[in-house]
Amino acid sequence: MSQSNLGYISKIEPFGTFDGPGIRSIIFLSGCPLRCVYCHNPETWQAHIGNRYTATELTEMALKNKPYYGSNGGVTFSGGEPLNQPEFLLECLKSLKAAGIHTALDTSGYSLSPLLPEILEYTDLIIYDLKAADAALYEKITSRKIEVTEKFLELAQKQGTPLWIRQVLVPHLNDNQVNLLVTAQRIAKLSNVEKIEILPYHTLGKSKYETLEYDYPLGNTPAMSMSEGQKWQDQLIDLISRIQSTE
Amino acid sequence: MHKTWESFKAGVWQNDINVEDFISQNFTVYTGDDLFLAPISSNTKAVWERCEVLLKEEQRLGVLDIEMDAVSGVNNFKAGYIIKEKESIVGLQTDAPLKRIINPYGGIKLASKIVEGYGRKMKPEFETFFNDYSKTHNQGVFDAYTPEMKKARHTGLLTGLPDAYGRGRIIGDYRRVALYGIDYLIESKKLDLNLITEINDVTIQLREEVSDQIRALKDMKKMALGYGFDISLPASTAQEAVQWLYFAYLAAVKENNGAAMSLGRTSSFLDIYIERDLESGLITEEQAQDLIDQFIIKLRLVRHLRSPEYDELFAGDPTWVTESIGGVAFDGRPLVTKNSFRYLHSLTNLGPAPEPNMTILWSEKLPETFKQYCAKMSIETGAIQYENDDLMSPLYRNDYAIACCVSAMEVGKQIQYFGARTNLAKALLYAINGGYDEIYNEKIIDGIPVISDEILDYEKVMELYTLTLKKVSALYVDTMNIIHYMHDKYAYEKSMFALHDTHVTRLMAFGAAGLSVVADSLSAIKYAKVKPIRNEFGIATDFEIIGDFPKFGNDDDRVDDIAVELVTKFSGMLKEHPLHREAVHTLSILTITSNVVYGLKTGTTPDGRKKGEPFAPGANPMHGRDKSGALASLNSVAKIPYGDICQDGVSNTFSILPETLGKTQKEQVINTVSILEGYFAQKAHHLNVNVYSRDVLEKAMAHPELYPNLTIRVSGYAVHFHRLTRAQQLEVLNRTFHESI
Repeated sequence: MSQSNLGYISKIEPFGTFDGPGIRSIIFLSGCPLRCVYCHNPETWQAHIGNRYTATELTEMALKNKPYYGSNGGVTFSGGEPLNQPEFLLECLKSLKAAGIHTALDTSGYSLSPLLPEILEYTDLIIYDLKAADAALYEKITSRKIEVTEKFLELAQKQGTPLWIRQVLVPHLNDNQVNLLVTAQRIAKLSNVEKIEILPYHTLGKSKYETLEYDYPLGNTPAMSMSEGQKWQDQLIDLISRIQSTE
Repeated sequence: MHKTWESFKAGVWQNDINVEDFISQNFTVYTGDDLFLAPISSNTKAVWERCEVLLKEEQRLGVLDIEMDAVSGVNNFKAGYIIKEKESIVGLQTDAPLKRIINPYGGIKLASKIVEGYGRKMKPEFETFFNDYSKTHNQGVFDAYTPEMKKARHTGLLTGLPDAYGRGRIIGDYRRVALYGIDYLIESKKLDLNLITEINDVTIQLREEVSDQIRALKDMKKMALGYGFDISLPASTAQEAVQWLYFAYLAAVKENNGAAMSLGRTSSFLDIYIERDLESGLITEEQAQDLIDQFIIKLRLVRHLRSPEYDELFAGDPTWVTESIGGVAFDGRPLVTKNSFRYLHSLTNLGPAPEPNMTILWSEKLPETFKQYCAKMSIETGAIQYENDDLMSPLYRNDYAIACCVSAMEVGKQIQYFGARTNLAKALLYAINGGYDEIYNEKIIDGIPVISDEILDYEKVMELYTLTLKKVSALYVDTMNIIHYMHDKYAYEKSMFALHDTHVTRLMAFGAAGLSVVADSLSAIKYAKVKPIRNEFGIATDFEIIGDFPKFGNDDDRVDDIAVELVTKFSGMLKEHPLHREAVHTLSILTITSNVVYGLKTGTTPDGRKKGEPFAPGANPMHGRDKSGALASLNSVAKIPYGDICQDGVSNTFSILPETLGKTQKEQVINTVSILEGYFAQKAHHLNVNVYSRDVLEKAMAHPELYPNLTIRVSGYAVHFHRLTRAQQLEVLNRTFHESI
């Protein structure tokens, strides 16, 4: 692998507290193979847009911010789909790990890259966006087949990478008991799950579609309240533990 | 040797006054969590409930009562109680809680005026005495002031000068009374006095002062006897140790009305006595907490009689009973004890309050459990400030404490001459306007050439600003020298100096206000185009700014470097002038709440701030201009150098939304710790942490009765939000509340 890979970065948030543990810098890589109906970052779909950075530059930035990472913070790669630039991602992860920085990958797991095993070797945490556990629903949400991400999940399980599972819930799309049960059953089978989060759908991404002149797939679907999301999350966690205790 | 010392570990502290050695030999580090803490005792509860009634009444009246038959002094008042039989720690400034003391030594005219403002009349004999037979500090100062000083004071170039109120910022080592007893301290002072044999101006003054100190120690003893306690000998129990220490502090606040009457660093000292009594079964944890809670109640009741002008500068009736907690001993052991937790726990048992001013001396070496507990208490109460021990201990050794907001000094070994502050923003306008004041259209500083350029040129403005600051710093130093000469002469703090070494190091703490206004103004002149709009006298009263420019608070070196250069320059200029009694120069970037008043007195500045609008407090970026997130804002302030430059402190007040810190309280606590670690790792000095939403403050403004205890950190101290003026409340609301980290 060459050492002069340039990555396409759509945005860098020097500090955030929502994408992984502690205080973290979030690097949004460009490009995504999925077209999720509720995507709130459509500007990151295209692979070759944004600013170009080397892994060294990003590591330097992270080192500057490191004092604030504390005991549990670090760097999170998000997107787009960070696995969409596997060579660059791997180089960044290696470089950050060498600098003693905690790494997290905010991913849908949609990648067939042969570099995946090595990427996971340098990943401390996967924040896995579980679009849907049901194949049909998965396809409805993402316009892709579920098999690719299932393979990714198997690999992550094999390598023992810690997981945070997230799922976006959208009114009338997947906020129902059937999805809840299927999702719970899928998560119950996974090991190394440290955290489960339901992200209630919001409409903040809508204006971006207008700017980009894309059609907004969810039309006037209303946002889900935080408290509603919390309720689903509590139910989901409760259901998983009940499934696990009966097994 | 005293019997009570027998069970302590021996050390040099037994041969000579050395509290630091006593602590170091005997303290027990606590690395556990907060689960051991006890709830409020029924006695404390009863006492505090009574106080809450009185506090409410005081809030309604402004001042609950004034002692009219005596004036300030260590032993001039009868004993007073709240509910005598329920008080485990006793002693009030006067014979009743919240009854304030008249202190005429600062200035009799002002004292009379204040008393009249509250509908009372000063006793004629006091007026006669201080007008006709004696002289006051204020009179002395004005006898010596030059016309130029009076003008600079009048326009607000030099502001908040302690020439009509007590200078404060001196911390008696109140622990000495508990450890050694008064008799030992008197003997030790007598020895010192006998050693001052060569006679000259310096030693004559010192001999007179030491004699005064001995008198004050004797008065302290009598005052304590009035409460039925003999403090001649060392304290032998935890209860006595707290009580003796409190009597010593009480003497200070009976005698003096200094702006900041700080407590020092007492928690881990007292822990040694508490540990000993806990171990021998003399007291329980509940009783230990009761002692601390009752002590804290007393500290919360300290009051001084202030003028309306004073209240304008320092809003909310602060007393800066600053207590420094934590830090690290010289051998690297964290000075965190169970008592460090107990002090903070009083905020839970008694509810949040601004006093005592709880100050955490932060070090990366503090136990993780303590760091998290502090962060949790910050989030829950908004009452805590943090200062960088890793930065201060190499400069002030390991037994220093904070006076007021940010001022470090070695306890019992160093004192501070409080130097108020210079309005840097006004000085910049003087540089642009040939030394003329932009509001009074009057010449204040001579010898500044007039700029008539249509667009301000950065190099030229900098050159004239440097010239102006040179002249201002000379004037400023002279003014401070007069003030402290007269303060030493007419309002000497005998009881507090009695609890210092005889030969103290004096620090003179200068101050600067409006740093971010000036940094942004100079940045605008450098990176945008700034066109002065001049009035009929040729004085720039407004500025047209064409184009954008980097603003302080966004971690942008282009402007942050200007701020660094400015304070470095100003500090160097002050140091060119020798000081009263060979004091050492220090400088703070701190405004307290006076940023509102300074703004009011300052015309429109080239950064776009309009005439009369508040400055940002302390070293804060200007309101709403730090748009790159919370940490970028912190990074900018962290660049302002402490050691040797701003060695009296760099104050930063930080407000963040709870949800920005994290979703759960646990996440918020851990992330707060990370922010503090990150900020201080970059050699930043001070941080006030506020975790609340603007929404809460708006509600509290509309319905103050629903938020009687809402405590916020303003600038180096905490305050009950409802006690701020409306203008000050609005200023707080306009500050940046970081919505992204």
